[in-house]
Amino acid sequence: MNLSTIDARPTPSRRHPTATDERRWTQLVLIAIAVLFLMGFLLLPLIAVFDEALRHGWTLYREAITSPDALAAIRLTLLTAGIAVPMNLLFGVAAAWAITKFTFPGKALLVSLIDLPFSVSPVVAGLSFILIFGRHGWFGPWLFDHDIRIVFAMPGIVIATVFVTFPFIARELIPLMQEQGTDHEQAALTLGASGWQTFWRVTLPNIKWGLLYGVLLCTARAMGEFGAVSVVSGHIRGETNTMPLHVEILYNEYAFSAAFAVASLLAVFALVTLGLKTYLEWRHGDELAATRRH
Amino acid sequence: MDIQIRKLHKSFGDFNALAGVDLDIASGELIALLGPSGSGKTTLLRCIAGLEFPDRGEIRFDGEDVAERPVRERRVGFVFQHYALFRHMSVLDNVAFGLRVRERRERQPEALIRQRARELIELVQLAGLEKRYPSQLSGGQKQRVALARALAIEPRVLLLDEPFGALDARVRKDLRQWLRELHRRTGYSTLFVTHDQEEALELADRVVIMNHGAIEQIGSVDEVYERPASPFVFDFLGDTNVLRAQVHERRVQFDGADIAVLDGRIHPDGAADVHVRPGDLRLGDGGIGLDVVVQSLQRTGPVVRAVVQTSGSKAPVRVEWPHLHHDVPALRPGAQLRLRLLQFSLYTPQSRPPTSSLGAPILIGQERRRDHA
Amino acid sequence: MSAIAQPRRRSRSIIPGFNLSLGFTLLYLSLIVLIPLSAIFIESAKLGWHGFLDTVLAPRVLAALRLSFGAALIGATINAVFGTLVAWVLVRYRFAGKRLFDALIDLPFALPTAVAGIALTTLYATNGWIGAWLAGAGIKVAYTPLGVIVACTFIGLPFVVRTVQPVLEDTEKEFEEAAASLGATRLQTVLRVIVPTVLPAIVTGFTLAFARAAGEYGSIIFIAGNMPMVSEIAPLLIVIKLEEFDYAGASAVAVAMLSLSLSLLLAINGLQLWMRRRHGAAR
Repeated sequence: MNLSTIDARPTPSRRHPTATDERRWTQLVLIAIAVLFLMGFLLLPLIAVFDEALRHGWTLYREAITSPDALAAIRLTLLTAGIAVPMNLLFGVAAAWAITKFTFPGKALLVSLIDLPFSVSPVVAGLSFILIFGRHGWFGPWLFDHDIRIVFAMPGIVIATVFVTFPFIARELIPLMQEQGTDHEQAALTLGASGWQTFWRVTLPNIKWGLLYGVLLCTARAMGEFGAVSVVSGHIRGETNTMPLHVEILYNEYAFSAAFAVASLLAVFALVTLGLKTYLEWRHGDELAATRRH
Repeated sequence: MDIQIRKLHKSFGDFNALAGVDLDIASGELIALLGPSGSGKTTLLRCIAGLEFPDRGEIRFDGEDVAERPVRERRVGFVFQHYALFRHMSVLDNVAFGLRVRERRERQPEALIRQRARELIELVQLAGLEKRYPSQLSGGQKQRVALARALAIEPRVLLLDEPFGALDARVRKDLRQWLRELHRRTGYSTLFVTHDQEEALELADRVVIMNHGAIEQIGSVDEVYERPASPFVFDFLGDTNVLRAQVHERRVQFDGADIAVLDGRIHPDGAADVHVRPGDLRLGDGGIGLDVVVQSLQRTGPVVRAVVQTSGSKAPVRVEWPHLHHDVPALRPGAQLRLRLLQFSLYTPQSRPPTSSLGAPILIGQERRRDHA
Repeated sequence: MSAIAQPRRRSRSIIPGFNLSLGFTLLYLSLIVLIPLSAIFIESAKLGWHGFLDTVLAPRVLAALRLSFGAALIGATINAVFGTLVAWVLVRYRFAGKRLFDALIDLPFALPTAVAGIALTTLYATNGWIGAWLAGAGIKVAYTPLGVIVACTFIGLPFVVRTVQPVLEDTEKEFEEAAASLGATRLQTVLRVIVPTVLPAIVTGFTLAFARAAGEYGSIIFIAGNMPMVSEIAPLLIVIKLEEFDYAGASAVAVAMLSLSLSLLLAINGLQLWMRRRHGAAR
């Protein structure tokens, strides 16, 4: 193809950019910068994960992800997310209900406290649970006497995960329910519905996509949490190792291919999450718009 | 500055926004672009401004073709429908914006710019509000700031897109008179877009009526109102009754009876649509007219409105008389009246097949009679 | 607490569930967040004021705090610039692969930090795809403070893009047309009209990106190299002190981190409030 055919413009009259467009070459330069930036920070790291994982072939890959330790890690990760997400779902709905349907003093403070875990380092979160439940912590001796293990065991991992993913669902629901107001609920109540009936039949159908969106983000974060879980887990192989921790151990043992193999599973989860998220935004964008504009 | 527009075409995809527009604007004129939404009036305004570029055609400012010049080089004062005031700038900064973005060698010193901005703010009667931000102004005040901002660059032409569209009725009336006065004092060539015929007729020297991307009629207020060039213009400028009639040897026949006689210009024999305004129907005095039966009545303060039915084909016709008009007592439901057509327009219908076997008259004939009662 | 639980008479709502939902919210918030975090303050108090200062002002701790917060600030700044650019390109231009990149923006939210960490390390190591190329130019990224900045940029990337994007989508083109009709060049329009309009969103995104990056651990420890005084971040120092069973010392570092990021967040929020007041943005 010769260059002149590329240059041919469909509308010959537009020799000048309109008032709100840059010249095409300015656009191209800006697009190039943006694409390079996103390549360097997002696309290439993602590709690198799969590249490293498959570097030594499928057999090693399959071995790495089906080793007993890896399977235990996968099981623990799914279990942790399976407990932490419903807990935060319950909390998110209750908090959003209280905050959006009522006025009470201290509401602004409550909203910012819900956001607090966003600005706390996961390691600090892990530390706080060690201080409370650890061997030398507040309840440590009592727990030890009764042979209850929280830290360096699954309960600690779950609690740490709950802390880190704490705001996700509430954050999605609050703006959404704020925008919808209380008219529907009041209408249902005047028609004789009970409080629970109102919630299940009126409120929930209106927020279901926002709820799902929040659950999606919460799940992704719950499965991937590293810092907080790392502090409370004790890194016991096959027992208290989640997938991210397993990745770390393998990596530090220079088992790079195995590390990247497990990492690639997590990356696939992440891509599925992104796909579902994009689908939700495309399909139910109207409802989610409130959330995006927060 | 005068503006000549020749054969302007602009389409957006399949939609023809402008289909060959010709228009001349004399220096200092105040012109209204009037038409329904989608008629191309805003596109025409934006093409003149340089916010859109026409596909074909010429736009000449004082003879110079500017159709390809970008907006920032055209020096047009454009007032946006929703004002587009910069929210993060005070009133003074908004007005001074156009002076501050000039190239260094043309830019005045800051002190002069501020002084000029203050003068303009005074001109639009907002002195004292220089430090306010747009969010702290009323709709009418925002409109004035937008105007002052546009005037600051000493535009060659002032273009206003639906200037009163976003204001409530009272502010709108005040601002109209004020704009008329401002135009008289500053003498800028001014074009404004509106879909409100009352606004156009009250404010403009000349009215340009547009439909489907083309100009239907250009003329003074009297010209377009008294001699509408097309049924569209007639209908657009006010309430209209349309009677599907026939013309036969200068007599206008409806339901087989003569309802009017043409004594001025000739209209070809055959099908003709009579367009008549509700207020131009009066009680007959024994002469020919339209026989009707009064159906319903509605009294609304200054006017009395009635719906009547023609005796033959039962077509509904609206009439409207001033409250104290001497014809009003006759308006009772069930009353049989003969209405004289005070003034009306005749148009050869385009959609109906011609009834004359002698070949269809293609011209849109026009006959306008006026009886002074 | 009882003052919160009782709705005032005049604002009483007919909607049920106030006591249940608020009670549960407060209980859960206290158990999961407030009580554990207060444990850190109580633990660090064991050191006494002097002990606390000695711990926090130790050169190694100071270096770690400086790195964590410095890299987070630089990363957030990079994101403020490039994130805004990316948002602009995604909103205004059409190009091949746009939808893919748009969906990919949220990758740092979704990808576990440990995975991000090892991927970035591989990529930016001297034998990695990008690292090798930069090494040719004499720039070493992995296992240096530069690597920490890279990780901070990665982790904060979605915040600026996702806060600026909707604002740009909502911004009427009229403002740009107005500026152009008044004679402004495109660059003047961008700098004087568009940037001030989206600035609050940029600041919000910057703040979120900074807060996230300052406490980040997983994606940084792999790429940082973790050399004391050079490339050791504050959260890692907490982990090290924990492994030495120095709970009070770990808590002191944690308190320093919490106070630093909260005061920075408050300062930025105050700045934003001031900006909004100034423009009387009562729209």
